[in-house]
Amino acid sequence: MKKSVLFGALAGATLAAGAAAAGTLEDVQARGKLNCGVTTGLVGFAAPDANGEWNGFDVAVCRAVAAAVLGDATAVEFVPTTGKTRFTALASGEIDMLARNTTWTFSRDVDLKFTFVGVNYYDGQGFMVPKELGVSSAKELDGATVCIQTGTTTELNLADFFRANNISYEPVPIETNAEAQQQYLAGACDVYTTDASGLAATRATFEAPGDHVLLPEIISKEPLGPLVRHGDDEWGDIVRWTLNALITAEELGVTSANIAELSAGTNNPEINRLLGTEGTLGEMLGLDAEWAKRAIMAGGNYGEIFAGNIGESTPIGLARGLNAQWTDGGLLYSPPFR
Amino acid sequence: MTTITDPPQGSFKLSMLLNDTRYRSYTFQFIALVLLIGAIAYLISNLFANLAAAGLNISYAFLGEPAGYDINQRLIEYDSQSTHWRATLVGVLNTLLVAFLACVTATILGVIAGVLRLSNNWLISKLMSFYVEAFRNVPVLIWILMINAVFLVVLPQPRAFRGDNPEATMLFDMFAFTGRGVYFPAPIFSNSLTGSAGTDWLLVIIGLVLSFFGVRQVAKWAQAKQEATGVRPNTLWINLAIWFGPLLVLFTIMGLSFDYPELKGFNFQGGGWARGSLIALWFALSVYTGAFIAENVRAGIQAISKGQTEAAASLGLRPGRIMNLVILPQALRVIIPPLISQYLNITKNSSLAIAVGYMDITATLGGITLNQTGRAIEAVLLLMLFYLIISLTISAVMNVYNNSVKLKER
Repeated sequence: MKKSVLFGALAGATLAAGAAAAGTLEDVQARGKLNCGVTTGLVGFAAPDANGEWNGFDVAVCRAVAAAVLGDATAVEFVPTTGKTRFTALASGEIDMLARNTTWTFSRDVDLKFTFVGVNYYDGQGFMVPKELGVSSAKELDGATVCIQTGTTTELNLADFFRANNISYEPVPIETNAEAQQQYLAGACDVYTTDASGLAATRATFEAPGDHVLLPEIISKEPLGPLVRHGDDEWGDIVRWTLNALITAEELGVTSANIAELSAGTNNPEINRLLGTEGTLGEMLGLDAEWAKRAIMAGGNYGEIFAGNIGESTPIGLARGLNAQWTDGGLLYSPPFR
Repeated sequence: MTTITDPPQGSFKLSMLLNDTRYRSYTFQFIALVLLIGAIAYLISNLFANLAAAGLNISYAFLGEPAGYDINQRLIEYDSQSTHWRATLVGVLNTLLVAFLACVTATILGVIAGVLRLSNNWLISKLMSFYVEAFRNVPVLIWILMINAVFLVVLPQPRAFRGDNPEATMLFDMFAFTGRGVYFPAPIFSNSLTGSAGTDWLLVIIGLVLSFFGVRQVAKWAQAKQEATGVRPNTLWINLAIWFGPLLVLFTIMGLSFDYPELKGFNFQGGGWARGSLIALWFALSVYTGAFIAENVRAGIQAISKGQTEAAASLGLRPGRIMNLVILPQALRVIIPPLISQYLNITKNSSLAIAVGYMDITATLGGITLNQTGRAIEAVLLLMLFYLIISLTISAVMNVYNNSVKLKER
C-alpha cells in the first residue's frame, strides 16, 4: 500500500491516497494526532494567537473531535488551507476532516464526494463597504469594484446577484482573506464580499471598525459545517455526533462548569446517555463511554464555544440569530442521543 | 590495433547483444526504454485504479457547462453564463497578452541594460550591474507582489479624485493614474466602415502591415540606387508618408475621436483602462526577465572578438554605429538561443498572475473552474497542454528567427 501511495503521489494524482480512506479512525488513533484543515487565518473562526496556539469557532470543533477520539484536545495538527486547496487536501487524505467555514452545497456533497456531517454555523453572503461611500443597499453598487475570495461559492452568488439585478461590477479575485483585507483597506476595491460572519470577523481586526458598514442584503444561504471524505461512514459518524454532542449539551444545559458534577449521574436519562453513565453509545461509535464528556470539556458546549469566539461579547460581535437552539427560535436541532 | 584490418563478418548471434560493443548500447537503450514505458504505464494504471477506487472518472464534460463566475479582464465576449471552455479561452488570451507585452518590454530593457553594463562610464555600468543583480536574485513572485503593493499604496484611488477640492487630479484631463489601474482616452470611430470596432481595427492593422512592406520596398530601392550610384537617396520623408499617409486617410474616413475617462459612481467610466493587476504583472515580469536578458546580451557582445570593434573603428565608424552595425548583428546569434528560453520563462512565470488578481489561464481554468467543478486532474492536464502549446509555438517562431540570423556556413 505504501508503495502505491508513493507512486500515486509521483503521478501527480493527489487523489490517489483516497483509496486509503477507509479506517480513518484507526489512522488517527495510530498517529495520535488529528489532522484538521482550517482557514489560513480568520479571527474568531480559526487563527493562531500570539503564542501560535490555534483558536476559534472552527478550531473548537477540531479540538472536540480530538478530545473525543484521542482523549486530548491539543492532539490536533492544524493544516491551514485556502479556498482552493481545501478540497484537494481532504480528498487526498492529507487531513482527516475539514472545519473551514465551508458551505454545504449539492455539488460538493455529491460530485466532489464529501460528507457534510452537519452545520455548525448558518451563514449568508453579505457586503462590507466603507461608510464614507454612503451606500445603504447592495443594489446601489452598480460599477463598483468588488474583492472576492476566489475558489468559494461567494463568486458564484455574486455573479448571480449582479446578473439578477442587472447591474455591473468589476470582480477582483483574491486568494486569501488577509490579502483581500489589505486590498480592501488600500481602496483597491470599494466592496468586500464574503460570508457575513467572515465580514464581521474581518471588520473586527480593522483599526477603525466603525468606518465600515455591512449592507443589509444577505444574498445567499451558506450553511457552514465540518466535512469528511465519502466512503468512511464510521469516521463521518464520529465527527457528526461530536458536533451533535456539543449542540445537545447546550440544549440540555450541560456546560464545562457543571459537567464534572453531572457526569456523576443525574436523573435525566438523556444527559446520562450523552455523558456515558448510561447506555453504550460510545461503544457503538467505536470509542469509549466518556467520548462526549471529553468533547464538551474541550471547549464547552456549542453556546460556550460561540460566546467565547464569535459571540456578542467578543470583538466580532455576532448575534446568535439563526444559530440559536431550536427551543430559542433558531435552527440548531440535534437528533436525540438514544 | 593495426593487426585487425577486417572486422569478423560472422553471422549475428544473440550473445552479441551483450558482448559486442556495436550492439551493446542498443541493448541497454532498449532495456531503459522498456523500463521507462513500464514505469509510466504503471503510474497511469495506478492513477486510474485509484480514481476508480475513489469513485471518480476522467471527463471533460464540465467544459460545456456554464461557468457561473465573472472575469474582470475579457478580450472576448464573456459573461457568467458562458461555458467553462469560454472562460478558459479568456484566460488563455489574458496569458498571451501579458506574456507578449512582457516579452517586448523585457527585450528592450534587457538590450539597453546589457549594452550599458559594458559602458566605459563607471557610474552607468555599476548602476546596470546593480539592476541586474538586484532583480534576478529575488524571486519573481516577490517582485510581483511588491510592485503591486507599491502601485496600490502610492497611487491615489478613484475616490481621491472626487469632490470640489480633490486630493488627486487627472493628467491633462485625459489620463488618470489610480491604484486600480491607468485610465486613458480610447480612440473610437464615429463613422465605422465595417460596422464593428474589431474589424475597423483590423483594417488599421492591415494598413500598417501594408505600410511596413512599402517601407521595405523603399529601402530596397534605396539600396539598389546606392550600389549603382554611390549616393543613398534620402528616404525619410517617403517613409513617413508611407507610414502615416494611409493611416491618416483611414482615420479621417472613419471619423476618429477619443472617448475620455470620467469619474462616474465608484470608478472612472469610458475611455480605455489598463488594470493595475495587468500593469503590475507586466512590469514585474519585464524588469525581472530584463535582468536575465541583459546578461545574455552582455555575453553575446563579449563573445565578439575585440578585433571586430578595432577594425570597425579603424574604418572610421563611430562607437554607436560600431555597436549597431558590427557588434550587435554578430552578437545576435549568441543572444537568440538563450533569449528563447527567457521568453518561455516569461510565459510560464505569468502563471503567478493570481497573486495580484490577474485572471490568466491558471486563475480561470486552473483556479476557479478547477475549484467549482472539482475536476482537478482534467483541469491540470488541460492547463499543461495549453502551456505546452504556447511554449512550443514561441520556441518554433523564435527558432525560425534564429535560423535567419545564425552564422551561415557555406
